[in-house]
Amino acid sequence: MHALDALPLYDQAILVMAALVLFSAFALLGQSRMFSLITVFAWQGALLAITSALVAFSTGQHHLYISAALTLALKAILIPWMLTRMVTHLGVRQEAEALGRPALVLLAGAALVVFSYYVSLPIVHLSTLVTRNTIGISLAIVLLSMLLMITRRQAMSQVVGFMAIENGLFFAAVASTAGMPMIVELGIAFDVLVAAVLFGVFFLHLRDTIDSLDVDRLNRLNEDVD
Amino acid sequence: MIEWALAIAQTLLFVTAAPLLAGWIKCCRCHLQNRAAPMVWQPYRDLARLFGKNVVVADTTSWLFRLAPYVVFGAAVLAASVVPLIATHLPTNAIADVIVLVGFFALARFVQALAALDAGTAFGGMGASREMTVASLAEPAMLLVVFTFSVTANTTNLSTAIDHILASGLVLRPSFIFIAVALLMVAVAETGRVPVDNPATHLELTMLHEAMILEYGGRHLALVEWAGQIKLMLYGVLFIDLFVPWGIASQLSWAAAGTGLVAVAAKLALLGLVLAVSETLVAKMRLFRVPGYLGFAFLLGLLGMLSHVILEVG
Repeated sequence: MHALDALPLYDQAILVMAALVLFSAFALLGQSRMFSLITVFAWQGALLAITSALVAFSTGQHHLYISAALTLALKAILIPWMLTRMVTHLGVRQEAEALGRPALVLLAGAALVVFSYYVSLPIVHLSTLVTRNTIGISLAIVLLSMLLMITRRQAMSQVVGFMAIENGLFFAAVASTAGMPMIVELGIAFDVLVAAVLFGVFFLHLRDTIDSLDVDRLNRLNEDVD
Repeated sequence: MIEWALAIAQTLLFVTAAPLLAGWIKCCRCHLQNRAAPMVWQPYRDLARLFGKNVVVADTTSWLFRLAPYVVFGAAVLAASVVPLIATHLPTNAIADVIVLVGFFALARFVQALAALDAGTAFGGMGASREMTVASLAEPAMLLVVFTFSVTANTTNLSTAIDHILASGLVLRPSFIFIAVALLMVAVAETGRVPVDNPATHLELTMLHEAMILEYGGRHLALVEWAGQIKLMLYGVLFIDLFVPWGIASQLSWAAAGTGLVAVAAKLALLGLVLAVSETLVAKMRLFRVPGYLGFAFLLGLLGMLSHVILEVG
């Protein structure tokens, strides 16, 4: 903890943001309503944007400001807006998903955090950045989002989980290595946007075929398709 | 010698100021809900009225029932003597640490639940079982908060911990954000405030804490209610001591003590206002949702501990 005292206030703030992003991943796990799920996802995007702006300010890497603005525009506003519109269009806005054993899922999430901390320890020792500890947090966010995808059956929640995985990777890039090359960042940002559009088409097809967004029904054979 | 006198004076101040805080919260809440508010010192009048009444005790009860209010009140006063209110490094602070403080709460709750069962009424038993359910879920969360804090400050003693926080100045600790919220959630559950329990309810079926003390009257009821008010203030002061201790007197002088008194009074008034606002905005939840609520508090405590280990030490 002496290490924390010695850090400049901006680096402390980055660590706080890391904790908050981790918390938002847990909040995603605990949300059962589609609309609140997307709201939490938008907040996660906003936290990521603040983190990259902070990293840009504290390390003086100005290209991170662009990626912060891009994150804010895409992940906190545009994609949540598209998802919300899709949810309203498909009529599942207020739909609550039955979460099997929510407390157990959250505890499993805590176990995943411990696991990712343990796994990332050797990598952390190689880095010299003050915010290197965020590698474990980013890995935990990725794993938590995967857990979200595993525990949900609604296609919509799984898509939010998928986007949150990308958030975790982005966080790792920004906080623990001070950003990717600009071209990679731009590419990924637009990939995610394209993915959001493709998922919209996928939802429509899914609903047309099985009359539901519950992907578990894809496991069953359907005889009267045509 | 003078330090012991100061410690006793601080405890007395704590105990006598507790009804004022309860009155302040009730006053704020009434104003927020557009109701005619009682005076801030109404709880003192209620206590005086109850102390003036005769004690009526049910025939079926044993000595345990009559002893319980004194144990509950005594535990609350002892707990109040441990938590620094306006000054640190008083001799009473060295007697017990935070874990003993949690133990005092547990003792009071245990005796209270036994006394509620003692009368043999349906509501007493129901209240006791509900209270113990809530307590068994709140205590792990509370202990996680205490452990995270102790690991950060390298001590479980409150006075020394406050010194550590004051000495390190303004440090943004990710773990403290989580455990502060967890402590607030646990405090709300333990003191029987709105999302978990409604202190003003008159409907027996929805009661948690109140159902346990239905059989009490006169000075017994006064002691139990006073202990409840002290407990509310204890959680408030504990929150202030752990997370915003600035202003507390760390050496013995009139000026420092005056600053400490003003600081803690202002912070408690603010905290009471926040509690009143949250009680106005939030509706009481169903009893079966309380485990989820406290599970979330536990998760926050756990996240606090994990973020301390991952982000602050490594």
